Amino acid sequence: MILLLLIIIPLAGGLLSWIAAARNTLWSRYIALACLLVDLAITAQIWATHPASGGRWLYQYKTDWVPHFGISLNLAMDGLSLLMLILTFFLGTLAVLISWKEINQRAGFFHFNLLFVLAGITGVFLTMDLFLFYFFWEMMLIPMYFLIGIWGHENREYAANKFFIFTQAGGLLMLLAILALYFIHGANTGVYTYDYFSLLNTPMQQETARWLMLGFLVAFMVKLPAVPFHTWLPDAHTEAPTAGSVILAGLLLKTGAYGILRLVLPLFPEASAYFAPWIMFLGVLGIIYGGMLAYAQTDLKRLIAYTSVSHMGFVLVGAFSFNALAYEGVVMQMIAHGISTGALFIIAGALYERIHTRNILEMGGLWSRMPVMGSAAMIFVMASLGLPGLGNFVAEFLILLGSWQANRWITVFAAIGLVVATAYSLRIMQKVFFGQATRQYALPDLNRRELLIIVALVMAILLLGLHPQPVLKTSQKTDYVVR
Amino acid sequence: MSFADFISLGPLITLFTAVVISMLLIAIKRNHRITYAFSLLAYLMALTAIIPAALYIPHAVPPLLVVDEFSLFNTGLVLTSGFIILLLSYNYFEEREERKEEYYLLLPLATTGALVLVVSRHFMSLFLGLEILSISLYGLIAYLRARERSDEAGIKYLILAALSSAFLLFGMALVYAFTGHMDFPGIGAALRQAGYIPVTVLAGFGMMLIGIGFKLGVVPFHMWAPDIYEGAPLPVSAFIATISKGGMLVVLIRFYVDIHGNDYSMIWWMLAIVAVASMFAGNWLALTQQNIKRILAYSSIAHMGYILVAFLSGVQTGLEAISFYLVAYFITSIGAFGVLIVMSSSVQDAETLDDYRGMFWRYPWVATVFTAMLLSLAGIPLTAGFIGKFYIVMAGVNGHMWFLLFMLVINSVIGLYYYIRIIAMMFKAPATGEVTYIKPSLPVAGNITLMLLTLVLIGLGVYPTAMMQLIQQMMKMIV
Repeated sequence: MILLLLIIIPLAGGLLSWIAAARNTLWSRYIALACLLVDLAITAQIWATHPASGGRWLYQYKTDWVPHFGISLNLAMDGLSLLMLILTFFLGTLAVLISWKEINQRAGFFHFNLLFVLAGITGVFLTMDLFLFYFFWEMMLIPMYFLIGIWGHENREYAANKFFIFTQAGGLLMLLAILALYFIHGANTGVYTYDYFSLLNTPMQQETARWLMLGFLVAFMVKLPAVPFHTWLPDAHTEAPTAGSVILAGLLLKTGAYGILRLVLPLFPEASAYFAPWIMFLGVLGIIYGGMLAYAQTDLKRLIAYTSVSHMGFVLVGAFSFNALAYEGVVMQMIAHGISTGALFIIAGALYERIHTRNILEMGGLWSRMPVMGSAAMIFVMASLGLPGLGNFVAEFLILLGSWQANRWITVFAAIGLVVATAYSLRIMQKVFFGQATRQYALPDLNRRELLIIVALVMAILLLGLHPQPVLKTSQKTDYVVR
Repeated sequence: MSFADFISLGPLITLFTAVVISMLLIAIKRNHRITYAFSLLAYLMALTAIIPAALYIPHAVPPLLVVDEFSLFNTGLVLTSGFIILLLSYNYFEEREERKEEYYLLLPLATTGALVLVVSRHFMSLFLGLEILSISLYGLIAYLRARERSDEAGIKYLILAALSSAFLLFGMALVYAFTGHMDFPGIGAALRQAGYIPVTVLAGFGMMLIGIGFKLGVVPFHMWAPDIYEGAPLPVSAFIATISKGGMLVVLIRFYVDIHGNDYSMIWWMLAIVAVASMFAGNWLALTQQNIKRILAYSSIAHMGYILVAFLSGVQTGLEAISFYLVAYFITSIGAFGVLIVMSSSVQDAETLDDYRGMFWRYPWVATVFTAMLLSLAGIPLTAGFIGKFYIVMAGVNGHMWFLLFMLVINSVIGLYYYIRIIAMMFKAPATGEVTYIKPSLPVAGNITLMLLTLVLIGLGVYPTAMMQLIQQMMKMIV
């Protein structure tokens, strides 16, 4: 029941804040903030008190929805879902805070969309029914489309349409695969159900399994995004408002990674192993190609967007290494990337609010004017390039350790990606905060609200880097496919 | 005619009698309001007449008609849709036409035609229903005579409908010549006895397909659709998009089931080609349109293609899927046209994309309804359209129609583009300094109707179980 509550709170909050905005937009902000804080508190409470031993499933909730088709409202939480949910509500709270001053047009509808995206994401992380999974998967699309399309930058409509059509196309292929799985399971066992646990060991021919696995994989690789399905990402991230970019990079991409861990690998272990070398190759391609593209960008948000392509390549490499070490790294990478990239987008947004450009060639020498923002940016840039002591290092190191056992050449090339990361990360600092100032500005440094956000993020990334044990331990409460 | 016959055909008879009475009413005194109220009452009474009819099912009125769960369900669907279209019509005509009352003869008459189609099981009744429907539509399409595109649309429909009816008749004659039967089960039995489809019958089916395909508006018989949708009064376009197509589809299902169409691969291939062509042509042509009526026309061509995919799956789920999809499609189409109706001013229909620029900020409520309708057409969750599309895909997977399904998926993505284009237009910043023609009156009745439609749309999207059970039970009976 508590799981259902986690989804209902943002849904109800979204409606409420839309209605409240008619009176006073400040109310709508407070309502949104309160809802997410409550959800954050609930999940934090679960995290703090969950038993270290015992079953992997912390909570389960199941009730019939469309019994005619074998569809049920089936929610469950294990270590992986729990971590993802904490990340969701943490970044969600920050997204509301960051929009406090930035979004002053139609704030009610903005918060409605924001909370509905988060509800959809929560649903994806919790549901154990494949129909419901598809349902939530699609449900997070529309509000995200509006977030980009209404509150985005200049080229927002193009970006929103591209985002929508790419993900929808992937989603429909997944739907076909889900239905095929449903009927194959039904034909072989006589039980027609979308229940995840029942479908886990569906007997089928290898040939079929491979096709179905590809159906799922395409949807998740579009979302992740992996080369060659990544082209929507730079547009969407660049054009979205800051909160939208944070949610896109921090959470939506993670649903793709989550889908691979939760659905692709457990449902089709043999087929996944069959395709693993190719997918890992695509992952490495993403790491290096994304990094090179990032280095070539002049638009700050676009640059950060391409670093996501690079970082998510690690997720793909780790997920298809099939060993516990790599999986822990993948989960760690999902969280660390969500925080560090989210933070970079927040900084890019704060910069844009002050100097109204995203072009890094027009920046430079900003450190002397905004030392606090500069040092914050330094921390997250270092995180992004994988400096020890920060979360991303732990993640990428674990992934490389794990993938070394699976495929050595892939690991070698993936490690080269770290060098590329150093290049583009340092370029951010060099162009934006160091060097010659091109113009004379009088710029205010971070204000109290922004400082609060940044400090929370810095604490999180430091904790992940210095004391990753609680996260790793929780992530072990998940059924991974190990070979 | 026995008492049971009388009760079973109650809805049909009620509506038909009402048409005659309302003609007399108009002869006595021309009053828009009275005629309108009487027509509403007639629809309500016809709907009520379904209840006693349900006590006698299944009941055949040999040789022409059959009243079973399937036909009663569709009778209800047709009548409810007609009722809603009528509700939305009042303000539209009040603002426009001097002689408004005859509209209230023609609309129930056309509905009667559709009701005959829904209960027919014989070539004669099929043709009778079709002609009642078509002839009323000639008048309805050209009803607003003063408008420039009205006559064009009316005459276009007249000529094409007459031509396609001729083909239909010739096709029926050919089938009759070989099988010696005009009732569907008789034809089915004769074909089964023969064990194959001779060339004459195949030619007959082909010609019938022209007649049926014209009414459904599937490729390659779709050319009329955009012009008629554009030229006809908006409530009539809604009628053509839903009741006229739905009635024909119901007969087609009955015919196909009764002759065991799935046993003959030739018929299957004919329909499969039509389905794929409809999906592609409909979606492709809608992409560049600037006129929302034309977009809806092309989108309905594509939707008929989707429905045919379920039709061709050859499993019982497919027939259930069609019924469910039809309900969703009816709600969505009427809702979309309803938005167009309430947004139209007395000077001009709100039909170009530009009329909807920034609508969300000026008329948030209507824009929300329109968004819901468009998302349902695109098949996005929380709407009935999503469950409908899901049902169709499910039927297709169940029948292993992989090729058709891939076509459907590709087309869904194409379709998505023009639906979200309209939505994006509504969310754009309103054009500044520009005076638009559109100053809608936003009638209360229209708004309430739209609200109810939206509620049903979302209700079916969230909790489709009850409707599914009803449909499943009904389809068990006819197969």
